[in-house]
Amino acid sequence: MIIEIENLKKSFKDIKAVDDISFVVKEGELFAFLGVNGAGKSTTINIISGILKKDGGTVKICGYDIDSQPDKIKNVLGIVFQNSVLDKKMTVLDNLKSRAAMYGIFGTKFKSRLDEICELLDLNEILKRPVGKLSGGQKRRVDIARALFHNPKLLILDEPTTGLDPKTRITVWNIIDRLRKEQGLTVFLTTHYMEEAAEADYVVVLDSGKKAAEGTPHDLKTKYANDFIRLYGVTGEIRSILDKLQQENKIISFQTKRDYLEVELKSTSSATDIICAYPHIFKDYEVLKGNMDNVFLKVTGKDINEV
Amino acid sequence: MGECRKLVSLIKRNTKYYFKDTFMFCMSLITPVILFVLFVTFLRNVYIDSFNQVFEKNNLTIAESIINGCAGAWLMSSILSVSAVTVAFCSNVVMINDKIEGNINDFTVSPVKGPTISIAYFVSNFFVTFIVLLVVMAIGHIYLACVGWYISVSDAFLIIVDIVCGILFGTLLAAVVESFVSTQGGLSAVSTLVSSMYGFICGAYMPISSFAEGLQNTLSLLPGTYGVGIMRHHYMNGYMQAFADEMRLQAVDETTISNIINGMRDSFDANLYFFGNEVPLGAMYGILLGTCTLLAVAFVGIVIIKNKRK
Repeated sequence: MIIEIENLKKSFKDIKAVDDISFVVKEGELFAFLGVNGAGKSTTINIISGILKKDGGTVKICGYDIDSQPDKIKNVLGIVFQNSVLDKKMTVLDNLKSRAAMYGIFGTKFKSRLDEICELLDLNEILKRPVGKLSGGQKRRVDIARALFHNPKLLILDEPTTGLDPKTRITVWNIIDRLRKEQGLTVFLTTHYMEEAAEADYVVVLDSGKKAAEGTPHDLKTKYANDFIRLYGVTGEIRSILDKLQQENKIISFQTKRDYLEVELKSTSSATDIICAYPHIFKDYEVLKGNMDNVFLKVTGKDINEV
Repeated sequence: MGECRKLVSLIKRNTKYYFKDTFMFCMSLITPVILFVLFVTFLRNVYIDSFNQVFEKNNLTIAESIINGCAGAWLMSSILSVSAVTVAFCSNVVMINDKIEGNINDFTVSPVKGPTISIAYFVSNFFVTFIVLLVVMAIGHIYLACVGWYISVSDAFLIIVDIVCGILFGTLLAAVVESFVSTQGGLSAVSTLVSSMYGFICGAYMPISSFAEGLQNTLSLLPGTYGVGIMRHHYMNGYMQAFADEMRLQAVDETTISNIINGMRDSFDANLYFFGNEVPLGAMYGILLGTCTLLAVAFVGIVIIKNKRK
């Protein structure tokens, strides 16, 4: 296990920011922490990375205890903060040099690692430019370079794509995917983007400092999100059949959308039953698995897009 | 050894970060430069008249260059001793900016010890303030060279030592006070307060001897007063010597010379008194460095407490 957290607690005066949460992260995993702002994601990350002290519980990273071996932990984790924390007036090279020094990386060791990082993240062209003058995507690449410079085993990404345009988000994710594939890096991600959480190996949903749900995206969707059938070419007959199915409690509900009907199913297998029973109305249709938005809504009672 | 290299690297980073922002450097330099311009424009003549009055009263003629230079030296001692503290407060902006912009978290997540980060801010602030004061000193010394230079090599060297002592006091005071500041507004408020008050309470803008006795005694309790005192001593030494030499040429007896010189040293705070007793130069250094030691202890205490809480 890369991360083992048990009964973690942290309060700020009367507010319980993290309320007795436990979870583990396996090596090589893409682990997602899902929650709205104020759910306790950043507080947990700040505790793991040593910025904040916990009130209770145990935190172990790569087998090191955060209370007794904090420096060992700092050497094995790299963190990309939500907002860039590099010196904007200074060049990329100066920033990397000053940060690498904090890990005892100097001289020739620095130069050889710089070459590797520049090749990995394509930084050569921007190396002598001030960080403040880089585009959002370039800044993020530099943030990742800073986090990876000391070759960490665990990369923590605190909402890495918030505020980035879609193209840059894809670029950032391509880099992360490559790092995972080529270097077997464990990635701990906090996000409120459902599509990012859906790509994770394991997801923990946080709500008001508490763990609301956990599992693989597939498990969570199966457990908390209902499947849907989209029926195109809507006719009166289709509506009356769906009314009947709803009265018989065979479907949960159905809604009229712009050019289709969305039928909320009780389970994936019920789709098969309905299609077999009324094949003539299923001329143009698709069966959809419930998504992470539905999971989040069901688990927390909150629509993440509206919070 | 490893932690030392990290400290050196952090000091380099903080100093470079400061000088990369030309605005920050200009803002630090602007207060002493404004003081310099104000002194030369408005106050210079007041002090020249004061010196002239002393000599006219005793029917003596003193070379204009010595009087002009002495007034300049007095104002340079004021500017440098005040700036050692006010610039230190303004220049600590790197530490505050790191708190505001979250850069401090980037150091906290690294395997570098909390005290190393705090010491690096202190040392880099010391360097930055020293560089700013060297620039101010260079401007002032060019002015003195133009109007009349009577400072010996040893006094010039000791002036640099005085600047170092003053900056040590200023940066430690700034490190202690500003460790509780974490916003730009807080930094501006503290800097403004210090810039506007410090010059008066340490007797840099007006000679302490011109104040009422009660106020003189109160100001003698403040360590900053002795920071000004040591600077005045070394800046005015050469000029007092030159005044004495001029008087000897006019066949004035040694007792009169001694009385006039001592009177001038008293009037212009080259001599300082603690409840009526003259404070020797060594004691002034002792008080200043003793205060620095106390501030250093307070600073270390704050760093330890802050690292325990979080």
